Amino acid sequence: MVNIRINNTDLTVKEGTTILDAAKANNINIPTLCYYPDLDIKSDCRVCSVEIVGEKGLVTACSQPVWEGMEVKTNSPRVLNARKTLTELLLANHDDTCTACERNMNCELQTLANTLGIDENRFENVLEEEPLDSHNDAITRNANRCIKCGRCVDVCKNVQGLNILETMNRSHEMKVTPAYGKYLSDEECTFCGQCSSVCPVAAITERDNTDEVWRVLDDDRKHVIVQVAPAVRVSLGEELGSEPGSIVTEKMVAALKQLGFDGVFDTDFTADLTIIEEGYELIERIKEGGTLPMMTSCCPGWISFIEQRYPELIDNLSTCKSPQQMFGALAKSYYAKTENIDPENLHVVSIMPCTAKKYEAAREEMSVDGEHQDVDTVLTTRELGKMIRQMGIDFNELENTPFDNPFGITTGAAAIFGATGGVMEAALRTVSEVLNEEPLEKLDFEDVRGMEGIKEAELELAGNKVKVAVAHTLSNARQLAEKVKGGEKDYAFIEVMTCPGGCIGGGGQPYNTTDAKREERIRATYQVDTGMEYRKSHENPYIKRLYEEYLEEPLGEKSHKLLHTHYFSRN
Amino acid sequence: MLEDLLEKYPQQEDQLIEILLDYQSQKQHRYISEEEIARIAAHLGVSESKVYSVVTFYTFFSTEPRGQHIIQVCKDVPCYINGERTMRSVLEKLLGIRVGETTRDKRFTLEQTSCLGHCDGAPAMRIDDKTFTNLDENKIKAIISEYRGAK
Ligand code: SF4
Ligand code: SF4
Ligand code: SF4
Ligand code: FES
Repeated sequence: MVNIRINNTDLTVKEGTTILDAAKANNINIPTLCYYPDLDIKSDCRVCSVEIVGEKGLVTACSQPVWEGMEVKTNSPRVLNARKTLTELLLANHDDTCTACERNMNCELQTLANTLGIDENRFENVLEEEPLDSHNDAITRNANRCIKCGRCVDVCKNVQGLNILETMNRSHEMKVTPAYGKYLSDEECTFCGQCSSVCPVAAITERDNTDEVWRVLDDDRKHVIVQVAPAVRVSLGEELGSEPGSIVTEKMVAALKQLGFDGVFDTDFTADLTIIEEGYELIERIKEGGTLPMMTSCCPGWISFIEQRYPELIDNLSTCKSPQQMFGALAKSYYAKTENIDPENLHVVSIMPCTAKKYEAAREEMSVDGEHQDVDTVLTTRELGKMIRQMGIDFNELENTPFDNPFGITTGAAAIFGATGGVMEAALRTVSEVLNEEPLEKLDFEDVRGMEGIKEAELELAGNKVKVAVAHTLSNARQLAEKVKGGEKDYAFIEVMTCPGGCIGGGGQPYNTTDAKREERIRATYQVDTGMEYRKSHENPYIKRLYEEYLEEPLGEKSHKLLHTHYFSRN
Repeated sequence: MLEDLLEKYPQQEDQLIEILLDYQSQKQHRYISEEEIARIAAHLGVSESKVYSVVTFYTFFSTEPRGQHIIQVCKDVPCYINGERTMRSVLEKLLGIRVGETTRDKRFTLEQTSCLGHCDGAPAMRIDDKTFTNLDENKIKAIISEYRGAK
């Protein structure tokens, strides 16, 4: 332990602690910009500068470890002046039209300027305007708002292992862009949106589709339905100001009804359907010697990654569409038919924790009639939060409301899709009961749960020992992909989610997601699971009925047409 | 030529700068093209953005074809104070190009650089490997015509 003093308070902290952490643990706030929990310390913005008594220059609190007897001043006039100057310089090279900005009132630069009391800028604005990159369906990059903090570079490089965004040039000409300032769509970007979720300002955001949804909701000819992904119910509360890990399923349904949707459905339903189709696909591959290991296909970031970098593994991917797209396909076929709605007037919206889902919905093959996209508009958790605020809904006062049928009754197996390992666990619950022909003794597959990068489990299926693996983040996924490419035959089934923690940590989730918050959302996810009446997908009575009434059998002709897809090499 | 050169280097990220230096020094017009950046990235298993980042960070690398002689004027503070702007505009007028451009005859490329380490002789410029200090209009004219005269 080390004794230090910060602003006249004596503290005893662990050796090696940074000034920033020591201060934070004792409720002393030091502003930061380039610093982000769970990422590397870059110490390039210098906004966290503090004074150490007896030292000449200021030091950066995020990177400076404490020493015995250190005396720190976090708010001396010298410190405040330096911070102010730095912030004014950032603002002078920034499109500072705050009220015309997506991040207005939710921006770290704006907050910083506000806490520092900057009411005028001594420096003239010298921003040289650059065009927007809005050339894809998922993510918009606005270089005019970028403050070159490097957080997105760090995430793309170290978490995803892709390194598409980088710092180019140096000193005042420095920029953060893909090579040659190319569009993200010209690079092997997976649209995972992790860069957008760590950006402190509005330089990388999801493509905003809220206007489009307001428009169709206002159009009387349109029948507008919505599906909500498993991960949104454990994060929307947080977006609207509640504690991380709050479960708000039924208030969320009520809010969607108030917004004016004609049907509010659960993507969990088609997650159950995915488990049936994917489970039977796995059983078939095992029994008939198909390509193994089979790899999950519900994450569009992962699909892009395979199509771009490992096209030789395309046959390993399950042919199942993702739950979002299974929902869209059923909506535009089964639902339109039973409800007697002209597909022309049926508009399907999904609420996803994900930016890549916007890209997925726009893929050409995701259309059952070849004319209309199965899912018309995708909104992120953040965009739904925005619409709820725009509508002036008092979220916490809403009455609990259940999902509508026929896509409203779901299981715990579907609920856990949002957490890394969840799809694997849900599949194992079904596959082992079908293959072993006896009820499972224990439903919880603890080995595949949690934040560890790569998890493995071994189990017995129909008398054979089978190994499975689960990875989240593309850096970890790449390790598994390399193994499979190298001929590793040990695994039968591999689950991959692009985002850290799985979709609960997706690129469309509330800003400032950290691993600690991810843990809370994961805990909430398993809490939803244990609270459900049914916990195995094949026990969902509405799924059984759907097969009886419409789909006939898993992997049948109708399923193939509606629920399965194919992939393309984009190498 | 790039392929032969890459053969000599282990496929490791830390070889990047060595490869770039080696290659650019041999290449006509001393620059590294987009295709070459992509090829080097693939060889080392790093992204194109990573290679481009390194190439744009160091002023001695270029992504554009350059002339036979590369003139770099120092833009750091001591030179700036001691007439960097005059030095630059004399050169621009003399060569008929702006900073970042190459003369039509491909003889000269004009670039800016950070400190050349000759602050006591500011303003300073470098032509290829040679540094010239304490420059004024006449000196610059003499130097350029000498370079023009030599082939
Ligand atoms: S969306 Fe994902 S892959 Fe694309 S630049 Fe951002 S972090 Fe990298
Ligand atoms: S885009 Fe955002 S995260 Fe990336 S460097 Fe700019 S401000 Fe930072
Ligand atoms: S892990 Fe989930 S949130 Fe992230 S890209 Fe995949 S589907 Fe989207
Ligand atoms: S937060 Fe410490 S230098 Fe940026």
